[in-house]
Amino acid sequence: MRHPIAPALRIASRAFVAIVGGYVAAALYAATMARWLPMPRTEAVMIGMLASFAIYAGVAIMAFAVGSATRAWIWLAAGCLPPALALYLSTHGVFA
Amino acid sequence: MKVGLRQSMAFLHTWAGLLFGWLLLAVFVTGTTAYFQDEITRWMQPEIKGERHLVASAEGAVDYMRQHAQGVETWSIQLPGKRSVAAMGYWKEKGETYLQWRDHAFMVDGRGVRVDARDTTGGWLLYRLHFDLHYVPVLWGRWTVGLAAMFMLVAIVSGVITHRRIFADFFTLRLGKGQRSWLDAHNLGAVLALPFHVMITYTGLVTLQAAYMPWGIAAAYERPADYHRELTGIDAPPTRSGTFAASAPIADMIAQARARWNGADPGFIAILIPGDANSVVKITQDTGTSMATRGETLTFDAATGHMRTPPASRGGAAMTESVMVGLHAGRFAPPALRWLYFLSGLMGSAMVATGLVLWTAKRRLRLPDPTRPHVGFRLVERLNVATIAGLPFGIAVYFIANRLLPSAMTHRAAWEANWLFIGWGALLLYVFLRPPRRVWIESLSMVAVAYLAVPAVNALTTDRGLLRSFVAGDLVFAGFDLSMLVTAAGFAFAAWKLFRRPLARVRETRSRRERIA
Repeated sequence: MRHPIAPALRIASRAFVAIVGGYVAAALYAATMARWLPMPRTEAVMIGMLASFAIYAGVAIMAFAVGSATRAWIWLAAGCLPPALALYLSTHGVFA
Repeated sequence: MKVGLRQSMAFLHTWAGLLFGWLLLAVFVTGTTAYFQDEITRWMQPEIKGERHLVASAEGAVDYMRQHAQGVETWSIQLPGKRSVAAMGYWKEKGETYLQWRDHAFMVDGRGVRVDARDTTGGWLLYRLHFDLHYVPVLWGRWTVGLAAMFMLVAIVSGVITHRRIFADFFTLRLGKGQRSWLDAHNLGAVLALPFHVMITYTGLVTLQAAYMPWGIAAAYERPADYHRELTGIDAPPTRSGTFAASAPIADMIAQARARWNGADPGFIAILIPGDANSVVKITQDTGTSMATRGETLTFDAATGHMRTPPASRGGAAMTESVMVGLHAGRFAPPALRWLYFLSGLMGSAMVATGLVLWTAKRRLRLPDPTRPHVGFRLVERLNVATIAGLPFGIAVYFIANRLLPSAMTHRAAWEANWLFIGWGALLLYVFLRPPRRVWIESLSMVAVAYLAVPAVNALTTDRGLLRSFVAGDLVFAGFDLSMLVTAAGFAFAAWKLFRRPLARVRETRSRRERIA
């Protein structure tokens, strides 16, 4: 039999993905857009900020919509990887 | 354990909504009053009378500071918008920060004459409360409200997904059916004004996005100040020359600004290093003259009154942000739209309030022992009354304090604000001390009495009571007093409905509980 505390832990795990993971994902996309969007800097920064709250909300919904807490983590990681990579490339002078 | 999407979204909706529900209700209620911020401020300063005259009040403010504030860093003038009468001037001395502006603030009426109005934060207090909270550092307040707004956004999205029949909910309201009625009311308030709720939550986050989500700025700029300078096109502040120069007439610069803006009014004037030969005048367009709230700022050489090259026009994204913030604040809204904003805000407040009540209504039937509910249930139940009745009660006390505190009192404005929280706190205490059965009826009645008292106290302490305002055709004062009476009637009606709740229904609920238990 499962430990009685397990459901609470799974919910806490999803909540962590939603609240902290969502913010990290939103910040990564905002920063990546600020550096990569082909337009004046102020505009790119602005679009990143404007879009970030939709990304945050999207991650929070995802965290509770997918089948398990583990999947929520996997989806979060998969979503964060592209902007993290793009940000790394642009800040280390590889591209852009 | 596998659950459906709708179930997991219902779970998310319930708990995301409950966790920040009370704070969100406070944000919604105070934010809704902010649509009449100017009118509330006018009511709270009954000494200020007469007609608005923008140029005369600007000239009056400049004259006053020329006499009383030579050699300071900045003169600032908040000009009266279409719904105000008086301008507010204030100056900043060397070494002071802008946070100290209240130390040198004064009011100038439409004749250009300084008026001694009672010291109050007016409608501005309620407006600030809705994103800064009170008694806590501004940054904490903003982050807390921002997190609450994110929860709200998630609660809205998950609430919509939970729905089976979003269209049918437009037309569904079954009254007198306990939990079902609360759900209908919650759905009606939520669905009817859904576009407003989505808009107000998202744009609310956008108003403070540079604080909440500064990572794009950090990624693209070395210093945040560089981003803000590039965005606003504002150049570096002037340096002192040490030689005196008289300033060109402010009326002339206002006229130039108006001509450039197709007649739109300026809303704010800042005069940097006034009296110096290098002094500049900055005139910003009134935030209420366009849906895009971030108006252009024009720079003039103070000595000559010559306008410098205006900043480049904003890009599409910056304009989008400006309109989103404008949609949130609704400063552009003419009277009919302003009332629609206000009603939508009330509907949002009702959505949050009914959601909170629903949480208890749903669980009451399932309690193992309804006479002795568990701690969590009791806490939610009491906090609901303490917020739904307590905050409106505090606001009424705030209005009454404005009329009863002596004018000469030190820290008068701060004490008005304290009274809001004393009133709210007193009701909260009351709610936790009384048996839950009586507490709704008693609290709602107290709120009704408090709002009834507002116009009465106004009539007794000023010469601008409801009857006189009516006779004088003063829509702002009459409208305010009438709104207080309507609010009182609303709370009294709610209390009366609860009082008259047919005994049969109570018995039926009880027997249903017994059956379930």
